[in-house]
Amino acid sequence: MAVALILVLITVGSVVFHLVSPWWWTPIASNWGYIDSTIVITFWITGAVFVAVVFFMAYCVYRFRHQPGRQAHYEPESKRLELWLTILTGVGVAAMLTPGLFVWRQFITVPEDATDIEVLGQQWQWAFRLPGPDGKLGMTDTRLVSPDNPLGISREDPKGQDDVIIEGGELRLPVDKPVKALLRSVDVIHNFYVPEMRAKMDLVPGQVSYIWFTPTRTGTFEILCAELCGVGHPQMRGTVVVQEQKDYQAWLEGQASRNFARLAPAVQ
Amino acid sequence: MVDVPLGHIGPAHAADVDDVELYHPHSWVTKYVFSQDAKIIAIQYSATALTVGLIALVLSWLMRLQLGFPGVFSFIDANAYYQFITMHGMMMVVYVLTALFLGGFGNYLIPLMVGARDMVFPYVNMVSFWVYLLAVLILVASFFAPGGPTGAGWTLYPPQAILSGTPGGQDWGIILMLVSLIVFIIGFTMGGLNYVVTVLQARARGMTLMRMPLTVWGIFTASFMALLAFPALFVGSVMMLFDRTLGTSFFMPAIVEMGQTLDRSGGSPILFQHLFWFFGHPEVYIVALPAFGIVSDLISTHARRNIFGYRMMVWALLAIGALSFIVWAHHMYVSGMNPYFGFFFATTTLIIAIPTAIKVYNWVLTLWRGDIHLTVPMLFALAFIVTFVNGGLTGLFLGNVVVDVPLSDTMFVVAHFHMVMGVAPILVIFGAIYHWYPKITGRMLNDPLGKLHFWVTFLGAYAIFFPMHYLGLMGVPRRYHEIGEMAFVPASAHTLNAFITIVALIVGAVQLIFVFNLFWSLRYGRPSGGNPWRATTLEWQTPETPPPHGNWGAKLPVVYRWAYDYSVPGAVEDFLPQNQPSAQPASGTIHG
Repeated sequence: MAVALILVLITVGSVVFHLVSPWWWTPIASNWGYIDSTIVITFWITGAVFVAVVFFMAYCVYRFRHQPGRQAHYEPESKRLELWLTILTGVGVAAMLTPGLFVWRQFITVPEDATDIEVLGQQWQWAFRLPGPDGKLGMTDTRLVSPDNPLGISREDPKGQDDVIIEGGELRLPVDKPVKALLRSVDVIHNFYVPEMRAKMDLVPGQVSYIWFTPTRTGTFEILCAELCGVGHPQMRGTVVVQEQKDYQAWLEGQASRNFARLAPAVQ
Repeated sequence: MVDVPLGHIGPAHAADVDDVELYHPHSWVTKYVFSQDAKIIAIQYSATALTVGLIALVLSWLMRLQLGFPGVFSFIDANAYYQFITMHGMMMVVYVLTALFLGGFGNYLIPLMVGARDMVFPYVNMVSFWVYLLAVLILVASFFAPGGPTGAGWTLYPPQAILSGTPGGQDWGIILMLVSLIVFIIGFTMGGLNYVVTVLQARARGMTLMRMPLTVWGIFTASFMALLAFPALFVGSVMMLFDRTLGTSFFMPAIVEMGQTLDRSGGSPILFQHLFWFFGHPEVYIVALPAFGIVSDLISTHARRNIFGYRMMVWALLAIGALSFIVWAHHMYVSGMNPYFGFFFATTTLIIAIPTAIKVYNWVLTLWRGDIHLTVPMLFALAFIVTFVNGGLTGLFLGNVVVDVPLSDTMFVVAHFHMVMGVAPILVIFGAIYHWYPKITGRMLNDPLGKLHFWVTFLGAYAIFFPMHYLGLMGVPRRYHEIGEMAFVPASAHTLNAFITIVALIVGAVQLIFVFNLFWSLRYGRPSGGNPWRATTLEWQTPETPPPHGNWGAKLPVVYRWAYDYSVPGAVEDFLPQNQPSAQPASGTIHG
């Protein structure tokens, strides 16, 4: 009796905790509302299964507890019941997987008009590179990294000469414009994670990975490193500042001239 | 063939040597230390694994102290914190859970349950334990090595695992870790071959595969999987050891470390992740399948009812075992691998939920219309179902590629895998120890202490890990020595962290009651007799308890029925042992 009651209380308690606890996801600031919807679907389906299974167990523990004279029912199997349960489970799984795969397709299909930006991780700080007036990022090579060329930008590639380099961990983005972040690391694996953007992807040395999103509201959001990258891992922070288009342009023009000037002498 | 005249064969004809005599050890050392008796080896494995488990428990206390009360304990700096989580993780997954389920329960139960005298290769079996012990000693030695143990996280991802920004990366830590893993795998391979071959070759007459208890099926399938999965980790460890000590670049691309360009190029960090998880995901089921098998037998025995859908249970075990080899990259959705892999691995991962769900249904359907005795093993089995269902369902979040993106690398993952492959299998281990302790020692474990241990462990573990999911949902990353200031983390989250820490300390402390019970009952426990749970399987039908070397005395058992003849209509008792020929025995022959 007590055991059955505790099982019921655990289930009810878990559901109540889910509904009323103050700990929930951050208000979304990107186009990935579909991800949140898929999570909500998954919560409903899995929650129903959890409640059903544990309630059924609690009922059995109460109803079929040992009493003098009770004999268990001998029934090795029931193909019908097992078949139905299998089909039902299959349907539940499909109901979660199908929307998941559709959203994943969107997640990895970058829109044509997305602006390329680069995120560079190194122990334990963030740097960023924005395309200059030509709208294109130049080539890079980890072996070119040096104190006066911290991102390893190739000086032979003309597309790179006007790139805007941002050190110090503050990335600015215009609101409602899709961006494709090209992710690169010069030392160990890092992970570019902005909780409000629902965006997360590793930066792997030796290759370029990517992630795309469209910021949908202005504000300042934290960038965290989400892949263990050594003792300084928790200190590897940055911010994304999402601005109105005109504010962003004004800031970008100020940046462009300064950083272009810095790299230019090396080319000549 | 060489033609040997009959007279030249020695004086002893094969039939003249008593079968049992061959098994007797000749001295105290060969009986208890360098023993070739699978049951002694099982106890050696279990005692070692439980000791490592206690070390890992203390490490978890230390990391929880830091997370619950950041900055209060000055000796837990970032270096120490990462060393603690790394060693806790690797110890628990490999050196505790794998060793305990396969080396411990596998050794004790396989020969007894299939009606064999011992493992088929007793000598190799003995060596397996000593090699395992060596691996443990190498691992523990890293605590005392210059620079301390590695702090690379239990996944040991290069390049950071072998660079100077990580504790132990340029010291002895990572080297000892990799060497220990290599040694462990050598030892395990010897044991694993034994478990598989014994099940296939040494079963008693009448013990067909489809009459075997699910415990044997679970351990057998897991051993088979481990033989296929561990080589990937072996190769990965050897390659990383070469990268660290010989300067090769298997996993090292061109790298600038702290301003210095390293002489490395061309390697792939993601290659290591594929090797690691090709081992790592089957590893989850290497731990889970023995737990599935054991819990099936606990539920059936203590509910006095046949396991529901036995054949489906066997096929589900095998399906899970096979599928688990093609889901590994669901640990790598945000690793920067080709994103198109996501479609394949999300699909295979969610399909594995179907055989897993079937197992859950059949456990609860075994309770349905049973005669449920709420013994301590049964309580642990029920708690296993609750935590396993909970942890399994959150796996559907993380397996569904796009849902994984916001949740990956957060506390949600930590909560998920602790619930499903930490708490759930450990509850089964406890249930199994309460269940089989009488066979191993001839005495019952103390019941009130067992119930106290059960309730605090179960409710406490649930209170630790259930709320932790919501920290991750909020975005709190895992493997942070301190959360510090995060704009999106409210003060209440720190309160929750402190709460989790306090509960973790209590749950940890209660394990001491369990350890006390193990020793106290050895001497003062109620004598159990040969078959206190009135169970059907062969290990409860041995002529002596605890069973001596060779298990069965003069005559091997003959098996007449499956393992689940409980409450058979018309039978005198509510259980029919597997070696009992008729459903209507002569009176007085049942109890051992």
